[in-house]
Amino acid sequence: MSASPPKIALSGVKKRFGRKVVLDGIDLEVAPRESVVIIGGSGTGKSVTLKCVLGLLKPDAGSIKVDGEEVVGLGDRARERINTKFGMLFQSAALFDSLTVWENVAFGLIQGHKMARRKAREKAIEKLAQVGLGADVADLSPSELSGGMQKRVGLARAIADDPEIIFFDEPTTGLDPIMADVINDLIVKCVKEVGATALSITHDIASARKIGDRIAMLYHGKLIWVGPAATVLDSGNPYVDQFVHGRADGPIQMELRG
Amino acid sequence: MPDPTSSPTLTVDSAAPNPAPNPAPNEASNETLGRFNFLAVIGRIILAFFQQVGRLSMFTASAVSHCVRPPFFPRQLLGQMVEIGYYSLPVVGLTTIFSGMVLALQSYTGFARFSAEGAVATVVVISITRELGPVLAGLMVAGRVGAAMAAEVGTMRVTEQIDALTTLSTNPMKYLVVPRLVAACLMLPCLVLVGDVIGVYGGYLIGVNKLDFNAASYIQNTWDYLETLDVVSGLVKAAVFGFLIALMGCYMGYNSRGGAQGVGVSVRNAVVSASILILISNYMITELFFAQ
Repeated sequence: MSASPPKIALSGVKKRFGRKVVLDGIDLEVAPRESVVIIGGSGTGKSVTLKCVLGLLKPDAGSIKVDGEEVVGLGDRARERINTKFGMLFQSAALFDSLTVWENVAFGLIQGHKMARRKAREKAIEKLAQVGLGADVADLSPSELSGGMQKRVGLARAIADDPEIIFFDEPTTGLDPIMADVINDLIVKCVKEVGATALSITHDIASARKIGDRIAMLYHGKLIWVGPAATVLDSGNPYVDQFVHGRADGPIQMELRG
Repeated sequence: MPDPTSSPTLTVDSAAPNPAPNPAPNEASNETLGRFNFLAVIGRIILAFFQQVGRLSMFTASAVSHCVRPPFFPRQLLGQMVEIGYYSLPVVGLTTIFSGMVLALQSYTGFARFSAEGAVATVVVISITRELGPVLAGLMVAGRVGAAMAAEVGTMRVTEQIDALTTLSTNPMKYLVVPRLVAACLMLPCLVLVGDVIGVYGGYLIGVNKLDFNAASYIQNTWDYLETLDVVSGLVKAAVFGFLIALMGCYMGYNSRGGAQGVGVSVRNAVVSASILILISNYMITELFFAQ
């Protein structure tokens, strides 16, 4: 890539659960302000990759560097410091249902950055506006919102403290195609506005092509193809071809029993 | 779904060939396994047990160490104190008042046989403060609060809210577990103190209104034979029970797996294990305080 050091660098990351090898040596570099999308079928280890970077899981081997700093095996404090660089949009939005919408968005600001509640509320409403939600939803409870709106609130929470790196876990899963496209547009817009680096996982090819600069395909614990998003439809790789065109026949055989 | 008309034949068809194709290796392996199966099962149970004990110990150590390390979350602590302390008052009050009442009735029947009816007040106050107050309150709170904790924390686990906390640079142990542990340890003694008073009052109600004790002498008897240690030991028990209830609720919730069913299992395990631990620790604390 470019001369600047990568924002995130994974090398030789391995993870197994019991006898099942989930990640079998992942190498991936994400440059600053680049957006990389990892695609792959269900159960190929996309989420595990993300959780390893976030420190929710500890890889068995390999190194993960954020801004050149090794983050595997960090202690609680150091991990919290690294995590302040991160924003994350969860697949299920994972909003705190005991808190109101604005408290959700402002959570990182209040707890992490010790911002006063009044000021944090203003910032939260500003971020809600950025994802197309009015101030009137600020005092609602997350359960009163539709799935698409919850995703927007989740996005607002992810970008609330202007993180350097944003992770998206299946941002469009469970949304109708139009709402999915709206969320894709919002993601592209927000990542640009915040000036963040993005790492996403999805199995939605349309979404991957829209939000990604580069796409990497994960299969059997390895990245079998990495290339520019524009070329994913004619990659020449039979595995990628089968996946992006959604064919049942091809080199990838669905594992019905793991 | 298969066509309902064809399903009976399907089940017969699929059931029949299963044992048929290769009976020999199956039988052989069963025979060799049979000898060790029993031991293997015992071994597996014991290993699983120690694994659980180990996990729980690590969780406990981590939770306690987070109790004394900042940052703290006073807002969460206050919320939990209200939830555990204030909202459990009706349950604990009802439990103890009826326990006090029934205790007065029953001990009167017993003591009347020795013409020692005067001991009723003493028996009521000592039983309530030493045993019934803390144990019954503990068990009721385990059902009310322990279950709620396991359900809430468990749901947060399976809906990725705990992961979300971590990504927002907030330690879930500090934010979720510590406030619940500390609040339960502080509030259970308060609840039991109130429960003691209500329970003794229950005994008094029955004693004076139904058993025709003189009100003044009932109160006199209550005070005269009550020692500080009776109440203090009950309050120490209460604090320990509070710790156990919150610990099991949080531990089970924190380790929930799967969806609604997993959370259900956590809730059940939290209530059952907290109740059993309360009864065991009750004996041990009693032994500690009163064994001669």
